[in-house]
Amino acid sequence: MSIDEGTAAKVAKLARIKVEPDELPALAAEFNNILGFIEQLGEVDVTGVEPMVSVTPMRLKRRQDGVTDGNMQERILANAPDAREGFFAVPKVVE
Amino acid sequence: MGELTKLTIAGARDALRKGETSSAELTEACLSAIGEAGALNAFVHHTPEIARAQAEKADARIKAGDAPAMCGIPLGIKDLFCTRGVPSQAASRILEGFTPEYESTVTSKLFEAGSVMLGKLNMDEFAMGSSNETSVYGNAVNPWKGADGKSLTPGGSSGGSAAAVAADLCLAATGTDTGGSIRQPAAFTGTTGLKPTYGRCSRWGIVAFASSLDQAGPMTKTVRDAAIMLGAMAGHDPKDSTSADLAVPDFEAAITGDIRGQKIGIPREYRVDGMRDEVARLWDDGVAMLKDAGAEIVDISLPHTKYALPTYYVIAPAEASSNLARYDGVRYGHRAKLGQGDGITEMYEKTRAEGFGPEVQRRIMIGTYVLSAGFYDAYYNKARKVRTLIKRDFEQAFAAGIDAILTPATPTSAFGLGEMAEADPVQMYLNDVFTVTVNLAGLPGIAVPTGLDASGLPMGLQLIGKPWEEGALLNQAQVLETAAGFAAKPEKWW
Repeated sequence: MSIDEGTAAKVAKLARIKVEPDELPALAAEFNNILGFIEQLGEVDVTGVEPMVSVTPMRLKRRQDGVTDGNMQERILANAPDAREGFFAVPKVVE
Repeated sequence: MGELTKLTIAGARDALRKGETSSAELTEACLSAIGEAGALNAFVHHTPEIARAQAEKADARIKAGDAPAMCGIPLGIKDLFCTRGVPSQAASRILEGFTPEYESTVTSKLFEAGSVMLGKLNMDEFAMGSSNETSVYGNAVNPWKGADGKSLTPGGSSGGSAAAVAADLCLAATGTDTGGSIRQPAAFTGTTGLKPTYGRCSRWGIVAFASSLDQAGPMTKTVRDAAIMLGAMAGHDPKDSTSADLAVPDFEAAITGDIRGQKIGIPREYRVDGMRDEVARLWDDGVAMLKDAGAEIVDISLPHTKYALPTYYVIAPAEASSNLARYDGVRYGHRAKLGQGDGITEMYEKTRAEGFGPEVQRRIMIGTYVLSAGFYDAYYNKARKVRTLIKRDFEQAFAAGIDAILTPATPTSAFGLGEMAEADPVQMYLNDVFTVTVNLAGLPGIAVPTGLDASGLPMGLQLIGKPWEEGALLNQAQVLETAAGFAAKPEKWW
């Protein structure tokens, strides 16, 4: 599997990380290097093997579906880069 | 009492209970040691006011006779742990200015036990690295110096924790381990680092890297201290559904020094091509020490060992790409300055490009790729299947009667800062070749210093235990510690 600049650009877009066009060749080369390392997994016979879901064989705890906390708007907004009138503020979103 | 900062947790606990010293005195001694150790760049956020207030409370508890073992013990806290009202940045620019409104479960438990927080410790950004060189705070520096005075990495990602413990800036520190981030820095600094069984400590309030691999643990000066500190960190937490609802045993009581008749497995696959003679010798010495203590040494095979690193470098980036999607410049941390006409997508893209360093960006994008349509089965599902096989290797060894497994902790001793700058990322990943299997299998593992290399640098061995058997593992580790008699300390230059 070889990653070209177009694929690298697509991955950067999916990851929502801005990558300048002149950085794409180096990025694609790095991806190829790391994926080349990962390719070794192709050697392993995994016929009939289940993909791991949980490393400890235990059933996840369930809890009651109830409200346990709340009324802390100020604390939730305290770290926001931009909060106004009790909301997180973001640039205008036009669909 | 002289040299208070050199005390172990066990030593300080006993001295505190006898009234030979106070938490206030211990805390002042550590604060002053930290003040002199700026050159190590281990502590990156200082919390002397919190420390002094906690020490005062601890002294009152000790006087009242209500003092758990960790009461009054001054600790460093890895920057990955959210601490209420104290910057918690995961060593990343993207969390600049973030001061959590809540406390992680592990630090809450330590504080409830009376421990004192001296400050936050340097680390690799989002715990992604093996040399503490990806930190927004700059490199942490190993108190040990290389030949001709070369500056060395303390390892990573818990590099600040390891440097601080090795330099006696605190009595112990918290670390986290996703692929070796407690054990590798412990080995590089001549300290002890324990990664508990997955689920032993709550992950709630610890900035997530790869949720199926991350586990917090103690970084200490001795094995006994690791046992004492783990006891205070561990336990079920309803806020982490993967934390185990199991009683926390008295780990310290498990340290009896008796391992007669136990079977210690030596996995042949860990004798990797090109293993350094010094590492092979260290390993052989460790085998002899356990044998002398009455253990039976058994050659074993863990056939899928070779595939652990490639498996890890699919699973960890995949989980990271998902976990780190939350850093979007909306709810906390850094937001990029936007240009005219920039919309929300530009905000995300610019914020993440500015906020994440190169290694974090690389791993997020690799994770995005292996999870993307068309590659999910070929990479992610394949890696999860190989992970099943890696875990099965260990299960079969334990089912055959093996009590613990002895391996080297790292392929080399600490290397020079900047030495790997030109190497490709995969070269850096190879640092975790002996430790990463343990995370993939969810097992407990401990690094213990057992010797020095030719240039006088510490080297460690790793013991791998059965799930939930940290007590037995600590006992085996202490046998190794006692037999090795490792007592070397770095010469103070900072």
